[in-house]
Amino acid sequence: MTNHWNDLQHTDCALIIGANPAENHPISFRWLTKAKENGGKIVSVDPRFTRTSAQADVYAALRSGTDIPFIGGMINYAIQNNLIHKEYVVKYTNASFIVKEGYDFKDGLFSGYDQTKRAYDKTKWVIETTEDGKPVKDETLENPRSVFQLMKKHYSRYDVDTVTAVTGTPKDDYLKVCETFCSTGKVGKSGTIMYAMGTTQHTVGSQNVRIYAILQLLLGNIGLPGGGINAMRGESNVQGSTDFGLLFDNLTGYLAAPKATLPEHVTLKGYLEKETPKTGYWSNKPKFVVSLLKSWYGNNATADNEFGYQFLPKGNKNYSHINLFNAMYKGELEGAFMFGTNPVVGGPNAGKEKEALGNLKWMVAIDLWETETSAFWQTGAGSDPSKINTEVFLLPASASFEKEGSISNSSRWMQYRWKAIDSKGEARPDLDIIHELALKLKKLYANSPKSADKPFLFLDWNYGTGEVPDIDLVAKEINGYDLKTGKLLKTFGDLKDDGSTSSGNWIYSGFYPEEGKNLSKRRDNVDTGNANYLNWSFAWPANRRILYNRASADPSGQPWSKEKAVIWWDAAQKKWIGNDVPDFKAVTAPTEPGGTGAFMMNKDGVALLFAPTLNDGPFPEHYEPFESPVPNVFSSQQLNPATVIIEGDFNKKGGKAKYPIVGTTYRVSEHWQSGSMTRNQEWLSELAGHMFVEMSEEFAKERGIKNKDKIVVSSARGEIKAYAMVTKRFKPYNVNGKKVHQIGMPWHFGFKGFATGDTANRLTPHIGDANTMIPEFKAFLCDVRRAD
Amino acid sequence: MVELNLSRRQFLKLSGATAATLAIVELGFDDKRAYAKTKEFKIAKTTVTPTICCYCGVGCGILVHTKKNEVVYTEGDPDNPINEGKLCSKGTTLRQLYTSEKRLTKPLYRAPGSSKWEEKDWGWMLDTIAKRTKDTRDASFVEVENGITVNKTEKIASLGGAALDNEETYLLAKLMRGLGITYLEHQARI
Repeated sequence: MTNHWNDLQHTDCALIIGANPAENHPISFRWLTKAKENGGKIVSVDPRFTRTSAQADVYAALRSGTDIPFIGGMINYAIQNNLIHKEYVVKYTNASFIVKEGYDFKDGLFSGYDQTKRAYDKTKWVIETTEDGKPVKDETLENPRSVFQLMKKHYSRYDVDTVTAVTGTPKDDYLKVCETFCSTGKVGKSGTIMYAMGTTQHTVGSQNVRIYAILQLLLGNIGLPGGGINAMRGESNVQGSTDFGLLFDNLTGYLAAPKATLPEHVTLKGYLEKETPKTGYWSNKPKFVVSLLKSWYGNNATADNEFGYQFLPKGNKNYSHINLFNAMYKGELEGAFMFGTNPVVGGPNAGKEKEALGNLKWMVAIDLWETETSAFWQTGAGSDPSKINTEVFLLPASASFEKEGSISNSSRWMQYRWKAIDSKGEARPDLDIIHELALKLKKLYANSPKSADKPFLFLDWNYGTGEVPDIDLVAKEINGYDLKTGKLLKTFGDLKDDGSTSSGNWIYSGFYPEEGKNLSKRRDNVDTGNANYLNWSFAWPANRRILYNRASADPSGQPWSKEKAVIWWDAAQKKWIGNDVPDFKAVTAPTEPGGTGAFMMNKDGVALLFAPTLNDGPFPEHYEPFESPVPNVFSSQQLNPATVIIEGDFNKKGGKAKYPIVGTTYRVSEHWQSGSMTRNQEWLSELAGHMFVEMSEEFAKERGIKNKDKIVVSSARGEIKAYAMVTKRFKPYNVNGKKVHQIGMPWHFGFKGFATGDTANRLTPHIGDANTMIPEFKAFLCDVRRAD
Repeated sequence: MVELNLSRRQFLKLSGATAATLAIVELGFDDKRAYAKTKEFKIAKTTVTPTICCYCGVGCGILVHTKKNEVVYTEGDPDNPINEGKLCSKGTTLRQLYTSEKRLTKPLYRAPGSSKWEEKDWGWMLDTIAKRTKDTRDASFVEVENGITVNKTEKIASLGGAALDNEETYLLAKLMRGLGITYLEHQARI
């Protein structure tokens, strides 16, 4: 989230798309309700009329997988009707930048496409620069090669009629959404876009988010209270676990993991040169990287050995979830750790992921429960135990309140959880398990003369003397030290690239500024202004609550409006002041060089409407999902041209002839993710006890299905049984004159726990987004029949 | 130490409603008198510990009432500005994470080809896991590939972590990368 939960009350309009917070983030609705009381509007865009839609002022249906046409049309509407915040766009985005010849777009393809590699040469998408490397601009935005004009042309194809023919949205509803949300382009108004996995779990997932951001920038909504682009996280610490580098391609704090495929990455020097932009805040990257290496390798990290850079593993491929299971399926993996995760229910094409586990030699599951994943070898999973040779270790883990530690919510607030009670039975905190395993491995490797063992032996591991680690030492290591004085660092601004500072995660640095002062433990709930609660817990980075808040002020440093003020330049004090920690150098005057660079993480200080960094194009463009019942109306490119396709048994594809129905998955309030936490509890199991598939009255009638009938849903990957739930919440779409049906189902169920049911993800495909490889759970083809 | 910074109004709200003592906190006045004024409810004389909900990313505050190693009751934390005491159905039933008969209480082991779990002690489990990890790592470790130092193993994967605490995710990432593991993923990807 750029903003935070409490800030939602300040919005004039919340556009909720690809998310259903009333159901899945219920307490967020407290602040949306407050926004409504303040006169704000709620717009809900969803394939299904959800609990969120029921609370909305405006609802519009869209077929799964058509967010880009939907928002692209809104961009076109805002430009055509002159509803954009022009000064904001000129000063704070790259709209005025001139794009070099070489960039082009024709029939769904950007220039630089290589069909055989299914990849683009991004050097074709470049901004024109002057001799000193500054972007060439036209602030009138009239130049036909300006980002603004190219963008305007790109989305002129997304007219209302074409858009609604693709999305299946009734035209009146669509226009109501455009009118309501685009009204936030006025100075003095702000609008927020709230999204979740309905947005991201598509082959165009990253570009879905991008196009929301583009709309928000055009309306001048980023950096303002009640504005921003707000991803609602589904797990209590999925924000933190991502911040802390638990994805293959990022070390902590979004520093790229070194790659064997990049010749520059052979040395630390080369890596830093390659990864560090010359301007913008990321120009400090070497300080973050070297300080991280100091935290990981301690005294074994010296200037002479590149601070231990060579100890880090260098991969040569994409190791993301789908590829990981593909490798496992092919027998390329031997062992796996599963920390509170349940891919046999939650993974795409879950039947194949279950099969893949049987190819492991050993698996360690750490969990509160026996999950479908740790029990994948049992007959209940459809397995024959005698044929599965995987050795399985299942370790009982403590519940969240049986241990202490911090978690980071969607707002980036790092809140502390204190231990309320000893762990149940012999369960132990994950921290203790990881620590003791590390100690045992250290012992096994002790005194090894092998060079292969050096990277692990040199890993600094000092968290107290016993089997139980001192969590305070871990917290302080994350914050970082001045290694010369031994004092805790007060801010990441003090980090150095010469090995004299350490920090395990630079974006969190400053949360523990002095001994005994872990700011995530703060409980002062006095509103410090703008409902930012600056003394409650700690928000990364630097306790900032609204990211890009410099953009809430005009180029001269004064708030665009009184109503939406956050920070402003105080000429007398010669600094930025207000109700939040400035997302800007606090003493840089608006008149100084860089004084209007509201997006300081980017190299030119502006937000990118044209983003030459993504794998599938500098502007979001519509492509149909991997499995779709209709041809792409916008171009002859049916599927995202940059999406990697895995061929064969691991990823079978279904066609519309056999599987004419669009399927999607969702969640219910009573269950959480794969259900392991909630289906193992009595009350929640009773509240939502059965797997169901939701469908429209029209579709049910066509197929002779009645409410509560037992039905079978099939896809190219598998079949599941469930109860039919016939509702008015789904309606057939009119897609380019053709009737298209969509059904939806919860993905919480499996064969363990009190409440059991078939697993929806046995139907979903192993195909991912072109940038992130997040699976396309939210739009696939299937068919439905009665079970009897 | 918990730094429950409660105003007097908030304290009265808590003590009046629940006659609770606050975990590890010195409030600086006679709490016995506060009890005396209240009837003995189920949650009287419980220890109250603030926590944050373990489910979605909203981050609601919850108070956990414990007494004699039992979780007696859980309720929304009125002082947390995000939820101001309110909770959804999942947050409300937090207590059952402790009371559910389905909780794992002992380490379990499944031998190759076996159709059942066996109970094992922690020491044996962790020793064996460390040995398996080392054996696989040693047999698959690549120091140099195409002339480049890579120090990796592609035979071990680590998945999950979105429900762990920050400190835990930090140590997990450090350990796994320290071992040279490249297949490192968690729920943010799916």
